[in-house]
Amino acid sequence: MRKSVKFLSALAAVAVVSTAASAGTLDEVKKRGVLHCGVSTGLPGFSNPDDKNNWSGIDADTCRAVAAAVLGDASKIKFTPLTAKERWTALQSSEVDMLSRNSTWTHTRDTSLGVNFTGVNYYDGQGFMVSKSIGVKSAKELDGVSVCLQAGTTTELNLADYFREHGMKYSPITFDTSDQTIKGFEANRCDMLTSDQSQLYSLRTKLPDPNTAMVLPEIISKEPLGPVVSQGDDQWFNIVKWVLNAQINAEELGITSKNVDKMKSSKNPSVGRVLGTVGDAGAKLGLSADWAYNAIKQVGNYGEMFERNVGLNTPLKIARGVNALWNKGGIMYAPPIR
Amino acid sequence: MADKQGQALTPSKPAPWNDPAVRSIVFQVLAILALGYFFYVIFQNTLANMEKSGISTGFGFLGEPSGFGILMSMVDYTEASSYGRTFLVGLLNTVLVAALGIVLATFLGFAIGVARLSPNWLLAKIATVYVETLRNIPLLLQMFFWYFAVLAALPSPRQSMDWGGAFFLNNRGFYFPRPVFEDGSSIVGIAFVIAVVAVVMLAKWAHKRQESTGEQFHTVYVSIGILLGLPLLAYLISGMPISLEYAALKGFNFQGGMRVIPELMALLWALSFYTAAFIAEIVRAGILAVSHGQSEAAHALGLRQAPTLRLVVIPQALRIIIPPLTSQYLNLTKNSSLATAIGYPDLVAVFMGTTLNQTGQAVEIVGMTMGVYLTISLIISAFMNWYNKRKALVER
Ligand SMILES: N[C@@H](CCC(=O)N[C@@H](CS)C(=O)NCC(=O)O)C(=O)O
Repeated sequence: MRKSVKFLSALAAVAVVSTAASAGTLDEVKKRGVLHCGVSTGLPGFSNPDDKNNWSGIDADTCRAVAAAVLGDASKIKFTPLTAKERWTALQSSEVDMLSRNSTWTHTRDTSLGVNFTGVNYYDGQGFMVSKSIGVKSAKELDGVSVCLQAGTTTELNLADYFREHGMKYSPITFDTSDQTIKGFEANRCDMLTSDQSQLYSLRTKLPDPNTAMVLPEIISKEPLGPVVSQGDDQWFNIVKWVLNAQINAEELGITSKNVDKMKSSKNPSVGRVLGTVGDAGAKLGLSADWAYNAIKQVGNYGEMFERNVGLNTPLKIARGVNALWNKGGIMYAPPIR
Repeated sequence: MADKQGQALTPSKPAPWNDPAVRSIVFQVLAILALGYFFYVIFQNTLANMEKSGISTGFGFLGEPSGFGILMSMVDYTEASSYGRTFLVGLLNTVLVAALGIVLATFLGFAIGVARLSPNWLLAKIATVYVETLRNIPLLLQMFFWYFAVLAALPSPRQSMDWGGAFFLNNRGFYFPRPVFEDGSSIVGIAFVIAVVAVVMLAKWAHKRQESTGEQFHTVYVSIGILLGLPLLAYLISGMPISLEYAALKGFNFQGGMRVIPELMALLWALSFYTAAFIAEIVRAGILAVSHGQSEAAHALGLRQAPTLRLVVIPQALRIIIPPLTSQYLNLTKNSSLATAIGYPDLVAVFMGTTLNQTGQAVEIVGMTMGVYLTISLIISAFMNWYNKRKALVER
């Protein structure tokens, strides 16, 4: 079942790849009228389906903004849930037009998978969650620990590095999906679960009693998460890159989904360039002049996306921290639109 | 005139291009060449196009360090080992679970198949219920059941079940003492080998004696005595060079000793219980296909129920059982790749999962993995075909 799916998608990758990567994703998406977006199989705050299969989360919204910019309608989108292992093959075989699935931008992935990261929509780092019953307060006390984690992630490598560096032993139990991982933790198969820290807060909400587990203070890696596209289509790469940049610039310029119509008559030329009243930023991407307007109007600026999905008023309760704008104490910084 | 007649009587060999035998060979060779070329072109084309879209190719990655940990390994493995090593680790883990599963499923399947035909009503019904339930529930669900349901029922390491301080069972696995071989322990090994040879010869001798004189010999008891006694004697004489290392609670987990991880147990149970249900049906069909007259004749000769089954019915039933049994073995081996769902580090999880993901070399890795399953399957088939030939009716 699972196995054959994987074989098939791998074979599909071969088949598609051997017919040479096709350019013109933009034309394809326009003709189809629907954007195909690869997301996780369920990670509250990032990409998570409800019982009617409506996806929410900052990663889902990142895709929606692209759909709004390209097709003028944020709802013209099809989400494909992918495990960590399936995601690259799905992108390489054009099963999805873009991937927005809490994926870490690393050198190996960027250079050897035939994909391009278009930016960062969340700066993360790997952390540890332990069950309170083992009475550990710091990651330094973890010698001999059993760890649940997900296969095909950067998590696997960072964990090995960290324990090697500190001369500690561990036994890793790797699962395919986050659901199985959290179930293994719940069934007490492991003392600890490790993943990107934001995802730990997210997975903790899935426990029957979230108070039985705690997240340790240590962060052991850099995990810049962002959208990804296939290599070989520069126009599409630019579009996905600049939609996110437009949302970040919009936050900096004070443009929100509420005031975007009023802002259209702003005297600030920077605002005008984002919203398409000044210059031809849209045309240069092969899009209409109101590309960023649509994204901001229908999905919001970066800050709105953050607060709505993972911010302090959500179950995840994550502060902006490093994800605040560069001029507000964080490192979120987008090149200017001009 | 006479000459011509002679020619007509011994027909001349036709020209090679008109000879049907030569022709058919030529066409087959051409077909093979064309097919080979076809795959060669596809392969080259794929590699070239992957290169073009920035995907790495080639087998160089096998020498690079893997950088990730693996839960269970039968050979030395650390994060610094190469991807080639992860392949070996995964391969051995797959072979282990497949081999154990085949043995377990065979015993269980034979027992249940025979039980279904038992005159004992209760036994037969229980066997029927077993078969109908187990083979109608998807294997993946059974694996999740054995893993998550049973795991949740087991105690944590600190409240571990404990048998005499030597055997422990908790939700991290089943722990038992590890034998530590010191200097001089090879004598015990040699004694064991001698015991095995002795037992084989004994069995041959006993068989011959029974055939010529009709007298039976207690081969089983004597064999057990030799197998246990001889190594034990060697162990005592050589000054007890083998000691046991016990598992002990250290920190929040057990360390030392040997351990069977819960993933292996769950996978093994699920695979063998599931496959045993199918084998039971094959065994039942095989036994039913042996004419009833055979057992009647055996009873008439004074053989009791058990020897009748063992000496008369089963050997004939085996001829029917072996071919479908082979495909069950192949199924079990291939089904073992579902392991990845419950975290058992088999070839698919370790190599086609993590390694593929870290390197992105789908074509090479999927190709190697398919090659392994194909090879294992062909080996099982070859062995079973050989066994089948041996068991097939030999006409005298
Ligand atoms: N950022 C890391 C980890 C990403 C990852 O897959 N994390 C898990 C957390 S347990 C996840 O999101 N699982 C959701 C799923 O499998 O659908 C990476 O890119 O490798």
